[in-house]
Amino acid sequence: MGKFLLHRVGYLVLLAMVATVVAYLLAATQLHPRSRYEGRNPAPAEAVVDQRLTELNMNDKTPLVERFGTWAKGVAHGDLGKTVDGESVNTEMSRRMWVSLRLMLIGSILGTLLGVVAGAYGAIKQRKWSDQTLTVISFVLLSVPTVVLAVLVKNAGIWFNQVSGNESTPLLFTTGEITPGMDTWSWAGIGDRVGHLVLPTIVLAIGVNGFAFYSRYQRNSMLDVLGSDFLRTAQAKGLRRWSALTRHGLRTALIPMATFFSYQFALLFVGATFTEKIFGWHGMGEYFVDSITKNDTNSTAGVTLFVAVLVLIAGLLSDVVYAALDPRVRAS
Amino acid sequence: MVAPVPAPGPAGSRESDGVEPLLRVEDLSVTFRSGAGPVTAVRGISYDVRPGEVLGIVGESGSGKSVSSLAVMGLLPGTATITGSATFQGRQLLGLGDKQISRIRGSRLAMVFQDPLSALTPVYTVGDQIAETIRVHQGLRRDAARERAIELLDLVGIPNPRQRSKSFPHEFSGGMRQRVMIAMAIANDPALIIADEPTTALDVTIQAQILEVLQTAREVTGAAIIMITHDLGVIAGFADRMMVMYAGRVVESGVVETVYQQPRMPYTMGLLGSIPRLDAGERQALTPIEGVPPSMVSLPVGCPFAPRCPMRIDSCEQTEPALLGVVSDDAGHLAACHRSEEIARDGLTNTDVFVATTVPEAPPAARLPREQRPVVLEVRDLVKEYPLTTGGLLRRKAGSLQAVAGVSFDIREGETLGLVGESGCGKTTTIMEILELAKPTSGTIAVLGKDTAAMSGKERFAIRRDLQVVFQDPMASLDPRLPVSDILAEPMITHGVPAAERDRRIRDLLRLVGLRPEHADRYPAKFSGGQRQRIGIARALALEPKVLVLDEPVSALDVSIQAGVINLLDRLKAELGLSYLFVAHDLSVVRHIADRVAVMYLGRIVEIGTADQVFENPTHPYTQALLSAIPLPDPVKERSRRRILLTGDLPSAANPPSGCRFRTRCSTFAHQLDDDRRRRCLDESPELTGAETTGEDHEVACHYPAPAAVI
Repeated sequence: MGKFLLHRVGYLVLLAMVATVVAYLLAATQLHPRSRYEGRNPAPAEAVVDQRLTELNMNDKTPLVERFGTWAKGVAHGDLGKTVDGESVNTEMSRRMWVSLRLMLIGSILGTLLGVVAGAYGAIKQRKWSDQTLTVISFVLLSVPTVVLAVLVKNAGIWFNQVSGNESTPLLFTTGEITPGMDTWSWAGIGDRVGHLVLPTIVLAIGVNGFAFYSRYQRNSMLDVLGSDFLRTAQAKGLRRWSALTRHGLRTALIPMATFFSYQFALLFVGATFTEKIFGWHGMGEYFVDSITKNDTNSTAGVTLFVAVLVLIAGLLSDVVYAALDPRVRAS
Repeated sequence: MVAPVPAPGPAGSRESDGVEPLLRVEDLSVTFRSGAGPVTAVRGISYDVRPGEVLGIVGESGSGKSVSSLAVMGLLPGTATITGSATFQGRQLLGLGDKQISRIRGSRLAMVFQDPLSALTPVYTVGDQIAETIRVHQGLRRDAARERAIELLDLVGIPNPRQRSKSFPHEFSGGMRQRVMIAMAIANDPALIIADEPTTALDVTIQAQILEVLQTAREVTGAAIIMITHDLGVIAGFADRMMVMYAGRVVESGVVETVYQQPRMPYTMGLLGSIPRLDAGERQALTPIEGVPPSMVSLPVGCPFAPRCPMRIDSCEQTEPALLGVVSDDAGHLAACHRSEEIARDGLTNTDVFVATTVPEAPPAARLPREQRPVVLEVRDLVKEYPLTTGGLLRRKAGSLQAVAGVSFDIREGETLGLVGESGCGKTTTIMEILELAKPTSGTIAVLGKDTAAMSGKERFAIRRDLQVVFQDPMASLDPRLPVSDILAEPMITHGVPAAERDRRIRDLLRLVGLRPEHADRYPAKFSGGQRQRIGIARALALEPKVLVLDEPVSALDVSIQAGVINLLDRLKAELGLSYLFVAHDLSVVRHIADRVAVMYLGRIVEIGTADQVFENPTHPYTQALLSAIPLPDPVKERSRRRILLTGDLPSAANPPSGCRFRTRCSTFAHQLDDDRRRRCLDESPELTGAETTGEDHEVACHYPAPAAVI
């Protein structure tokens, strides 16, 4: 296993390098930081713009290869360059990835658990009304785009605040991570954070990345297992139906889910674009959208690279999780 | 523990010998809902199992034999409606709640299932799975239960039980997994073990081992066993009493010897007559039962066997006969037949009742002495190697696996060569190499005198007309989206047979294999398993080949269907002058159909010769063990046989033993040779030679051959 993982890491490094090159070339050829200055009134002198862009390593008059060389050298030293506003991409990302994590951690865990439980339950109760209700709910949620879902949940939150008579001192917040000026490490601060977290967490937990998605897959994999002879054996041994279903059935039905779990958790740092935008969390998802609209080559390349690395790590993680869950793949 | 409640038995249907039955099943019915309407899979069956006895239940697929036992265990899905009664140790099992039945299941009442791979949870070690059943019932601590599990593994004959208890099911062979299942079943010292086709998925030599283990289990626990099987040989050797099921009913029951010798119900007679027997000569006439078992959705009134029964009279189609006592040597012998009295009175046997097909005359060509007939298929020193590789992206060759390690045989016109051996012996690889018509790893294959290595693409295409194949699984080998006419036309279109001739030929072919030409536009799903195999045979015959390769053509079929297909193959060979390469693991079938037999072990042929020589004078210790492992459907003979048990499993072909490949499992090597003589087995691989055999056409690859009759 160790040797196998070492091999995999080797491939991953190779793939990460390819991803890096592609990420930068894509950002550098598709984005035009110069356009930011051209629309200004009065238009700044071209020499000033050139100088500024050169400082940022975004000058389109410098050959692409040269710009890439400069950027790659920085990346090799762990420096992702400067944003279009002259800030450090590193600083920006290292702040924002934790924002994303704080936003998504609870929602993702909750969504996964809900999905697994609902999926397994639905499979056991196949074609009963409870299964059919779960199916309808999850398909409705799957077909609602996150943008719509997020806005609906946001409005529901506002309505809740109104009917509960807390309009001036709301229980549920719809914007941001914490009320500005609040001390994070006080009871009130923690309460305030929770209040900010509730609505986006609901969106993440029930939406296409949570319950709705996992319950479908888990239901299918559980149905595959339910017909298995080994479940019958477990009952023939004297296990009660539910302990046979959970200890032998669900445990085995989790194996095909390993890949999804791994990707879900490796990509926690990447953020949820729409949820962040709509609830005003300044995480990685928001950063990515903003950097494209701002023609910010280095930020876009940086985020793309970051996501690529996380996807590769997720792949590695899924191999490990798979092997941990399934003894049959450990041998080969 | 629980006071036994005396239950009144149905009058006249059961003897009362004073022994309180362990399990009394009365009027058990099981109905499933289905799209086509309710399916009553079990229709009112009653039986007793007495403490310590073995009750065999025989029947074909769909006869309700497994469903009835699962109903007793409470393991049927919730969609099944169960009525009747099942009293186990004085306690009613049907209708018990999950909690109560869970206490009985696995402790007093245990079960062994058919497929030991899917019946074990893949993610837990075998030791843990055995320990689980101990902990559930005995409340032992985890490590105490583990220790007990190791003892049980030792008892069922797993070598290095301590170490092996930490293995996962996929690391065990089929036989080993079945041992684990048995260990699990006896873990809590049950009073009754239900074994549902426990050896069906296993090779014969492993089957013999497992039956031995079950016997041990029975002795250790004193448990009664219900043995469910379709194999009349297994019942003959293992069971005390038996019952035959058909269409959800018990149609005959009684002491094993009596039922075999004095069957009183035509279905039982037909079953016994339709199995090819190892102890009968080559030209035993099989009596197939015509037709197929009825659909259980809407059973007509009357005896469900009537449509297939040559003895049916009007009353058979009007009323279903009850299971009543019959005249025979066994006072408890029951049969459900309106004419059982006549059968008893006239002493009718299966050949009186069923039309035995006359064994067809061999065509003139095949009656010539063997040397004068042309060779149609010749295989010389055939080797097939698979490379073993390591690494992912950059594959490196780490070694090779010889699936076939130097095999030579030839088939002459009009003869059948049976290629037999256990799974993994290389028989399938051999035929695949032949069918590929390509240059093998080494050695030569010549079809109708043409060397496959030297063939041009065009020649290879042309020669495929003469070499056709019938596959094992008739479900998988026919495209479900093509009507039968298209399936049969396909090879002819490929080889440019004109359209007008094709249609005529399709009708002829269907008639030839015993199907109706007007069924040509039906899809395969409309046909039963036996009929589908006939379609497969018709397709193989479409181009009028000279050689047919038959890969386990009857092993997926039920016993009563099998005989019809075997008879068809017999007839076709005689009528069309075909030559067969018949691959099978069922030696009884091979005994019936083959002129010559080659026995393979781990990629080599260990014995080859005429069927009579090989079966009556088996000379290689492996052939002897293989033959002795096959149960005979005859209780008297079966119980008096001495069995040569092979130890262990087939070694891996990637790492075969040095010298003689069989020596690791050879009883001669283990018990009869001194170290000096063993040296030769260790160092030198024996070659096939006819020097030490009695027959003319009989060769064996053994350093110390000793013929022995084992049947």
